[in-house]
Amino acid sequence: MRSISTIRFAALGLAAAGLLASTLTTNVNAADKKLSGPVRIDGSSTVYPITEAVAEEFSEPAPRVKVTVGVSGTGGGFKRFVIGETDISDASRPIKAKELKAANENGINFIEIPVAYDGLTIVVNKKNTWANNLTVDELKKIFLDSSAISNWKDVRPGFPDEKIKIYAPGTDSGTFDYFKEVIAGKKGSIRSDMSVSEDDNILVRGVAGNKGAIGFFGCAYYFENASKLKAVAIDGGKGAVLPSSKTIESGEYAPFSRPLFIYVNAKSTAKPQVDAFVQFYFEHGPELAEEVGYVRLPSKVYAIAKKKYLTRHTGTHFLDAEGEKIKGALPDIYKDKK
Amino acid sequence: MQSLANPALHRNGRFAKDKLFVILCIAATMLSITMLIILLTSIGLQGKDFLSWKFLSSAPSRKPAKAGIYPAMMGTIFACGVCALSAIPIGVGTAILLEEFKPRNKHLRLIHSIIQLNITNLAGVPSIVYGILGLTAFAHMFGVLGTVDQPILTIGTTEDWYHLRLPFGRSVLAGGLTLMLVILPIIIISSQEALRAVPGSLRHGALALGCTKWQTVWSTSLPAAIPGIMTGTILAMSRAIGEAAPLLIIAALYLRFTPGHLMDDFSAMPLQIFNWASRPQADFHYVAASGIIVLLAILLTFNAIAITIRQLTHRPMS
Repeated sequence: MRSISTIRFAALGLAAAGLLASTLTTNVNAADKKLSGPVRIDGSSTVYPITEAVAEEFSEPAPRVKVTVGVSGTGGGFKRFVIGETDISDASRPIKAKELKAANENGINFIEIPVAYDGLTIVVNKKNTWANNLTVDELKKIFLDSSAISNWKDVRPGFPDEKIKIYAPGTDSGTFDYFKEVIAGKKGSIRSDMSVSEDDNILVRGVAGNKGAIGFFGCAYYFENASKLKAVAIDGGKGAVLPSSKTIESGEYAPFSRPLFIYVNAKSTAKPQVDAFVQFYFEHGPELAEEVGYVRLPSKVYAIAKKKYLTRHTGTHFLDAEGEKIKGALPDIYKDKK
Repeated sequence: MQSLANPALHRNGRFAKDKLFVILCIAATMLSITMLIILLTSIGLQGKDFLSWKFLSSAPSRKPAKAGIYPAMMGTIFACGVCALSAIPIGVGTAILLEEFKPRNKHLRLIHSIIQLNITNLAGVPSIVYGILGLTAFAHMFGVLGTVDQPILTIGTTEDWYHLRLPFGRSVLAGGLTLMLVILPIIIISSQEALRAVPGSLRHGALALGCTKWQTVWSTSLPAAIPGIMTGTILAMSRAIGEAAPLLIIAALYLRFTPGHLMDDFSAMPLQIFNWASRPQADFHYVAASGIIVLLAILLTFNAIAITIRQLTHRPMS
């Protein structure tokens, strides 16, 4: 069974590699072969698979460029980025006011480039026949510290008498931060009596093995384990929507889809190898992001991002003049004119 | 002589207790061996599919079938090499000072015991703390020696194998020295134990023959203690090679090259294995198992070398 799936996987991989290779050869710039020097990248482990994939493909046309990608986390990555230690920072959230201030103090300007969507999927056990959809308010009932619900029958009238068991990612992860912000806001807090693990695969196993379980994690983990888990459609006020690449891309799956970014040091773009890498990211990032389990952005957003990069339009779109966070859907915030 | 049949000897069931004790010891051994066998078998079964020459010789990939461990393996070998070359002389040196040169003066004795206490405590510090310490002390050098982009001192260019700069930045050297911090207390304590186990009569004999302190240590106590020191070193290096936490903020994860000099970026196998194990795609979990097999193989090689040295240097004391 396993060997068959391995072979199939290998065959798929080969086919994809062949496809990519054929598209690549048309785009290879003869000058790239001579490019050398370092491209230093660090940051979010969520964005890492995309950057790893881009770096892997980039080594074909530019074998002498030394790309290094670290996984210090979004915050850790920014710490290095704002003192000029890295050329590019992977981020699973926009830059914070404090980090922006540090960057300004060190004279670091950057270009903010969204690269993909990561949908947060709320999942329940396969045997859970009742919770096909949940509203955001019902999620608040389940997850908020202030509500003391521990049984499905208290979530909605008609739900059976079954104890709720919650599986959640580690409280240090960007995924948890994002979920907390949507459900609890700035001041609220998520309950502490959950099974927490830094490894999302353990959450998958937990939810799959417990009838009353509910959990959440990045959509890539759900797409890989769709046969073992059941995704819950989320009603954010406009009807229940299931997570899929289509609903996440269109923005229908709200409020649980978040954009992922790379931040490029404006000074570094003068280095030819960094410039070539970012251009390569624009060209192949969307398809590679999809391949590793994320959702591509609307093509309009990519076009704007590319334009902003080419004109070296620096600064963030997610903080206003007072350093307050701007909220909303990515296409509404990330616009041609700031 | 009393016969064993004598009922007085069977008082309190002491023979039964003796048998029970042996059985308990066997049970304890079997338990740990069974766990080890289960662990190794499951890792072996999971990892065998992806284990190949290609896996050993290629760079990480987003496709499990193409993923390789080469850069991480070389990074681990380099960092652990730096770690061993720095930790063993420093650790053994410290142990010799603490054991062989015990001060007589009251004040010095106090300092001696404070140092001893601190080393014992250091052995219990969580390894992530060493990571932060290593980052500040080796990678950034407390920020007093400029930054990586504007180092205070550089020798050679990034193309030269002997390239050096101050501060070290996030390099193999900084990583290896950080691992050194992690294992130093273990090496010091085990070397001290080994030196303490050398019979005092050997030292006294050497001193009585007119040897200086240096001659006594170098020709008598140290050779006698080497088997014990090597055992401690094996345990310490086994820990260093498997540590992910201290390297998390010093090492990179994705790169395609072998470190060309001590200032180069590097990756490490525990980081790579952890990353694979936490990926959503199930096939990556098998790749992680293959990585663990390679890690174990390297660990066993290191240990085999150390054991050989131990056997070669082992001489009867009388």
